[in-house]
Amino acid sequence: MTAFRLNAPARIDTRKPLTFTFNGKRYVGQAGDTLASALLANGVSVVARSWKYHRPRGFIASGVEEPNAIVQLETGAHTVPNARATEVELYEGLTATSVNCWPSVDHDFMAITGIFARLMPAGFYYKTFMWPKSLWMKYEHYIRKASGLGTSPSQPDPDRYDKMNAHCDVLVVGGGPAGLAAALAAGRSGARVIVVDQQNEFGGSLLQVRPAARNSNSKAACTIDGAGPMKWVQKSLAELVTMPEVRLLPRSTVFGYHDQNFLTINQRRCEHLRPDDRIGTRERVWRVRAKQVVLATGAMERPIVFCNNDRPGVMLASSVSAYTNRYAVRLGARAVIFTNNDSAYQTALDLAEAGIAVAAIVDPRSVPGGSLPMQARSTGITIIDNAVVVNVHGTKRVSAVDVMALDAGGNNVTGPVKTIACDLVALSGGWSPAVHLHAQSGGRPRFDEARLCFVPADSVQVERSAGACNGAFQLQACITEGHASGSEAARLAGFVPPQAMTSPAVAVTSEEPPRALWIVPSTQPSNRGPKQFVDLQNDVTASDIVLAAREGYRSIEHVKRYTALGFGTEQGKLGNINGMAILAGTLGHDIASIGTTTFRPNYTPVTFGAIAGRDLGDMFEPIRTTALHQWHEEHGACFENVGQWKRPSYYPRPGETMHDAVNRECLATRTGVGIMDASTLGKIDIQGPDSATFLNWVYTNAWSKLAVGRSRYGLMLDENGMAMDDGVTTRLAEHHYLMTTTTGGAARVMAWLERWLQTEWPYLRVYLTSVTDHWATCAVVGPNSRKVVQATCTDIDFSPEAFPFMASREGTVAGVTARVVRISFSGELAFEINVSANDARHVWEALMRAGEPYGITPYGTEAMHILRAEKGFIIVGQDTDGSVTPNDLGMQWIVAKGKDFIGRRSLTRFDMMREGRKQLVGLLTEDPAMVLPEGGQIVERVDAALPIPMLGHVTSSYFSANLNRSIALALVKDGSRRAGETVEIPLATGKVIRAVISTTVFIDPDEAKQNV
Amino acid sequence: MLIIDCPWCGPREQTEFSYGGEAHIARPADPEALTDEQWGDYLFMRKNPRGPHLEQWMHTYGCRRWFNVERDTVTYRIARVYKPGESAPEGL
Repeated sequence: MTAFRLNAPARIDTRKPLTFTFNGKRYVGQAGDTLASALLANGVSVVARSWKYHRPRGFIASGVEEPNAIVQLETGAHTVPNARATEVELYEGLTATSVNCWPSVDHDFMAITGIFARLMPAGFYYKTFMWPKSLWMKYEHYIRKASGLGTSPSQPDPDRYDKMNAHCDVLVVGGGPAGLAAALAAGRSGARVIVVDQQNEFGGSLLQVRPAARNSNSKAACTIDGAGPMKWVQKSLAELVTMPEVRLLPRSTVFGYHDQNFLTINQRRCEHLRPDDRIGTRERVWRVRAKQVVLATGAMERPIVFCNNDRPGVMLASSVSAYTNRYAVRLGARAVIFTNNDSAYQTALDLAEAGIAVAAIVDPRSVPGGSLPMQARSTGITIIDNAVVVNVHGTKRVSAVDVMALDAGGNNVTGPVKTIACDLVALSGGWSPAVHLHAQSGGRPRFDEARLCFVPADSVQVERSAGACNGAFQLQACITEGHASGSEAARLAGFVPPQAMTSPAVAVTSEEPPRALWIVPSTQPSNRGPKQFVDLQNDVTASDIVLAAREGYRSIEHVKRYTALGFGTEQGKLGNINGMAILAGTLGHDIASIGTTTFRPNYTPVTFGAIAGRDLGDMFEPIRTTALHQWHEEHGACFENVGQWKRPSYYPRPGETMHDAVNRECLATRTGVGIMDASTLGKIDIQGPDSATFLNWVYTNAWSKLAVGRSRYGLMLDENGMAMDDGVTTRLAEHHYLMTTTTGGAARVMAWLERWLQTEWPYLRVYLTSVTDHWATCAVVGPNSRKVVQATCTDIDFSPEAFPFMASREGTVAGVTARVVRISFSGELAFEINVSANDARHVWEALMRAGEPYGITPYGTEAMHILRAEKGFIIVGQDTDGSVTPNDLGMQWIVAKGKDFIGRRSLTRFDMMREGRKQLVGLLTEDPAMVLPEGGQIVERVDAALPIPMLGHVTSSYFSANLNRSIALALVKDGSRRAGETVEIPLATGKVIRAVISTTVFIDPDEAKQNV
Repeated sequence: MLIIDCPWCGPREQTEFSYGGEAHIARPADPEALTDEQWGDYLFMRKNPRGPHLEQWMHTYGCRRWFNVERDTVTYRIARVYKPGESAPEGL
């Protein structure tokens, strides 16, 4: 036991000491402590430096709203940046460090920034660091270092995370008195209920109520049914766990409320254990669709803004009670309570009960007469009414406060300054209901003038609020509202709630209304006197908000972004309402008209690990492999990703570079025979009597006269007239076609065709089936290809007369039923053999054996790209980008004149006909060895006057082994008229490459090679 | 995330669907008879209303069928779903 630990019953286990390390120093806490309570119980009051001024900071709160005590948890792969020490459950061996101080919280070199604080007003980033522009990167580096952010782990995360989908009838958010009452009411009806609470124990605010009487003379702080409130909590939980349809989720935070009652929950499953003891998934994201939602998220106490209100030792009154009652921490020796409402009087009583001197209660109201003030008065505690705390003394710890009288209008402080020595200030500016989820659900919280807070307004989704988050701060009301809303939710979800819920007996206390007090009037202008903090995490002061208003900002959303109010993990929990009130006061508006900033998910930070779940690495996206994948692997293929497909890129032999291998594959294919796995091409089986009509609609060329057993190349446009896909379609029978698409475009084309058929031409009798995965395609390419395929096939005549170019035949290849199509993507004699995917390897290997005498060479996508570019064949998506028409591609020949088709009308729009469009051209570099970078920008002359007109860019570029020089395709402004002109392509290195514009066909322009 | 009531399959999560923009835009019967501006209207001009909006959705990871949805662009509330070919709700 330390001097900072009370010897009193609490919710820590004093028999279980836990050692932990903070900023390199070892301490001992108790089981049940948070890191925050354990540090306070060791007398550690400075735990951070503020991010802008580097002022020493301590704990102000005890829960998720804590803005100061942001720590880096653990080290190495397990490290967690920006954890709130108030939420971290202590475990043996825990290690944490402060995130915003160097070299230590006690001696922070950056504190010197505090001296220059006047030079760093709101918006100082925008004003100071924007000039000169070239230095921004340097400034940014130092600002980052100074900005109080934790360090993300640099090693892969060893933990596992997962996701769970769930449905329920009633989701209850919050496990305090209102939430438990709601859960009981809904649960008793038999409804499926999920109860979520962010703390390790259920009970909410009741966890921090003084556990009954400490001695026979004192009264318990509050009772339910005559006993300590945790007795009721335990009884309620005992009943809930017997209900088979009720699921309790402690250590879980509802962090988002989305459309149609879809809520996301972050469950921390083993964060409270030592890293070595963590078994199973570390965090789980629940995705819950709830029929009905009860929000019982409680309220957060609000600070009051006054000079030096950020000094360590200034804490929220309810948190003072929490540390005192729940964790048995002796926070100080002598306290001053500063409150504008009755609730903080309970803290005074709690402190007095714990033997801590209460020097005074400072209250701006006149003779407060509620039950708690009366009780405090009768206990002999000094109450200074009509008064406020105007300033705090002390730097690393409160040493005294200055108290002055507040005039009736609340605009001026008057009279003599009374200085009261103390080391603890318990502060209460009233309560802010946690309306975040209500607001995320679409509700617009309204300002309640009587209770001085934003409360939920009309529900947009099927949700209702109960208890403190609804502005009902009294315990009795919390339980009553909880029962009522739980019953209502169950009934609306189709269940019959129990007839009458008898609410437990709770002593009703009389309460007087709070006095509006957001900021204590100062004797000096806000930018002259000591700092008055509104948002401690982001070091936003009252003067920042006043300045923003003076500089013309009116919307709270703009003021937020200008000052950083409510950024970070704070998200407006403590600072926003005061900030809005100060803005309202400066502008002369009321708070209701200022409104709140938008409450967005996440309510509290959620780790990337939890969001990603298992969708990582190999599980990130499906991997598609062809039926021949294993053969490719066995033969040393290097793969590339094409969409979700793995395609062989090239097949290096021992000692070969990629360049060597690709050159060899290209030469072998043009001079002998090559073989390629073309199975990834999209294949759509088209059947029905109107198939030809449909093809006429979706392709630019005419299809009516295509004979059975013949194939045709088609170019597909979108309705804007831009090329979107291409491929060869074969007529297999009278009403039966097989369309091929690009590998990457297969799914898009299928959806495109389905859409037109279903929505525009539903009367067309056409039926589409994707058969991409059903067929494997072996392309046998090169002068010797005919000999190879003929050797594997006895029932097809491959002679030029019997099997002309663009013909299709059905037969048997290597004993397997096959469709053979004579088409070419290389300009060579070539046959594509389509067989059932199950037979792919058998057929491929037969072709390899048959090709052995001719040196058959498997080639990959690299060689395929070069071979097609040598012939000027486009790849849609590489040589086009959605802004390229058939004209631009020099493919006027494929646009039919006598029919309508998708995109046709667009081809005659003004913009399509104008001068200056870009056209596809070839580029031959002056230095034949120089390969242009794809994407390279093309200009006429790099030494032209600025700005240099951009002519276009390189779309495809390769070294062609067949030509022994580089070739490229490019889109160039007016390119079709520029043949023979020289252009320049500047590189990022400063080097400039000169190239001559040529035709796009580099090899065999007469097509002699494929017509053999 | 929305629940969308596919007229063929019933209510399903939004992740199963693809959005297709404004519904009831019929392809002009004779595009060649249109001016550039009229054709441009068909291609590009959309209502983008604040409030009820008739739009197309496809049950991509389900029955792969297109249908129409009346959805409020402010509240995202879906008032009704109906099959292609059925006429637009009165007044929209």
